[in-house]
Amino acid sequence: MTAAQTANSFRNQPDERGHFGQFGGRYVAETLMPLILDLEREYTRAKADPAFQAEFDDLLEHYVGRPSPLYFAPRLTKELNGAQVWFKRDELNHTGAHKINNCIGQILLAMRMGKTRIIAETGAGQHGVATATVCARFGLPCVIFMGATDVARQAPNVFRMKLLGAEVRPVTAGAATLKDAMNEALRDWVANVHDTFYIIGTAAGPHPYPELVRDFQSVIGKEARAQMLARTGRLPDLLVAAIGGGSNAIGLFHPFLDDASVKMLGVEAAGYGLDKDHAASLAGGRPGILHGNKTYLLQDDDGQILEGHSISAGLDYPGIGPEHAWLKEVGRVDYTSVTDDEALDGFQLLCRTEGIIPALEPSHAIAAVKKVAPTMGKDQIILANLCGRGDKDIFSVAEHLGVSL
Amino acid sequence: MSRFDRAFAKGRPALVTFVTGGDPMPETTPAILDALVEGGADVIELGMPFTDPMADGPAIQAANLRALGAGTTTADVFHIAARFREKHPDVPLVLMGYANPMVTRGSDWFAAECRKAGVDGVICVDIPPEEDAELGPALRAAGVSLIRLATPTTDEARLPAVLEGSSGFLYYVSVAGITGMQQAAQASIEEAVARLKKHATIPVAVGFGVRTPDQAAAIAKVADGVVVGSALVDLVGEHGTEAAGPVRDLTRALANAVHSAR
Repeated sequence: MTAAQTANSFRNQPDERGHFGQFGGRYVAETLMPLILDLEREYTRAKADPAFQAEFDDLLEHYVGRPSPLYFAPRLTKELNGAQVWFKRDELNHTGAHKINNCIGQILLAMRMGKTRIIAETGAGQHGVATATVCARFGLPCVIFMGATDVARQAPNVFRMKLLGAEVRPVTAGAATLKDAMNEALRDWVANVHDTFYIIGTAAGPHPYPELVRDFQSVIGKEARAQMLARTGRLPDLLVAAIGGGSNAIGLFHPFLDDASVKMLGVEAAGYGLDKDHAASLAGGRPGILHGNKTYLLQDDDGQILEGHSISAGLDYPGIGPEHAWLKEVGRVDYTSVTDDEALDGFQLLCRTEGIIPALEPSHAIAAVKKVAPTMGKDQIILANLCGRGDKDIFSVAEHLGVSL
Repeated sequence: MSRFDRAFAKGRPALVTFVTGGDPMPETTPAILDALVEGGADVIELGMPFTDPMADGPAIQAANLRALGAGTTTADVFHIAARFREKHPDVPLVLMGYANPMVTRGSDWFAAECRKAGVDGVICVDIPPEEDAELGPALRAAGVSLIRLATPTTDEARLPAVLEGSSGFLYYVSVAGITGMQQAAQASIEEAVARLKKHATIPVAVGFGVRTPDQAAAIAKVADGVVVGSALVDLVGEHGTEAAGPVRDLTRALANAVHSAR
């Protein structure tokens, strides 16, 4: 942690050019640059427009079902025999994950800008479903790019998107997962700049996306902070959230960043293990440029991007949002990783102790909680983000557990 | 006088050709580059393969995958460039690619390697002027041109920023889209080139979607240069290690059309 940051705030990033320290920025082809600048201008105006915020808040309350509950997990706490474990229940949102918060904000921006067609990339399908949902709600046509591998392992979400009226385009390039879906979405965008708005699903991509996705997702942390104070009269000691691109984590963390007593732990996907195939960009990568921003990337010596691997399609991405890269560098947030097997254990642990089937993404956070809670005092509080529910994952979990459905 | 200056000062429009380095394998690229020169290309763009070619259509995406699949490294690309420079001392050579492989060992390292290999210019797809604090200055310090892209969305207000610090030539991407797909309407190209020429003191070359000698000739009537990539890359995809002959034939047809367009 540098003196400059402690003296000021961790919440005033990025700078006016979209940089979080050395990270972030606007590394896009010239065709997209004027669009990115337009989006930035429109977002600045929207932020200052009370009507925009009011419509966003209204939709979050009455359509998404916010505020989501803050839940004390008594049996999990007892089993771990350490800190009290609380969950922010964003899996109870409409569409079953935190992704919808961001989609509501971005589609309102798209309509302000007069855009008439929506595109998005998706990995696990949660962002695709959330995007298809807001497109149905506002009557805009929508194309979702999804890696063919993910189409196969997330069949229920593919069907959901189609029911909602979206066109799902399987992407066969590369490993046919989230990274390749994002490449294809960028190719579509550059060819349809005049009428198309790209709803990016995580707090990454060219500025202003990392900032605006964080702002829309910060409803998680703002609610959780107020709820925790109301319920316990104090702030949590530790926040825990899973990280692929990092939107649920930054949404939870950001409102707490200047609360010096609150520690934070971001949990990357260690896949088969950090010495094997994984998706932990901070643990196993180094800074580079991809998909419009400078951030930590899994890459070889020549700067060729490596394929991430995780049991969770939503974490299977070789990069991470630039604000996390910065928060790691300045030391405000700690980052760790858990393996596929540990995540599967976390998944089953929450099912068994609390009657909640989590998605494989927050199962990584649960696995980290399982490790860290026993090392903390019983008067201490962990708040973890339960960012998605596991209905979509039961088929792949069954397969991993050797159960045939 | 730089190689670019000479290439664009032959009293006729220039043919700029693109192939991906290491496609289908590093050992075969030199013969393909020779074929481009023999066919009459005035400027050679050598693509640096990248895992995530976000601005490229199916043809060049496939070329990137073939090159990387054959194990092509950055060192291979510079080796190909150095060999080209030795064999063709007068033909300008441009490396074209994406930011990450260029900056991964530092912009200064990359610029120095370009200089050593005799590379005249660099096109980096995903570093716009706003983010060019390192690569552009490093290239200029090494005496290597930074060639920037202008597009249909680059308005009058942005154009000075795009031109600032760029040299060699200005590459006008004639369609808002990816490489090798649709071609822009001739009228829109003429309007755009006229607009660019009001600001640019360097030559303007037009590319994206140009596949045939007729298309190239039409553009050469108004532009200083015409860029052809995907059509040549498709030939490499089709003929593999035997691609030099077909590449030479298409280049010759394109060069004849471009050079005699006016």
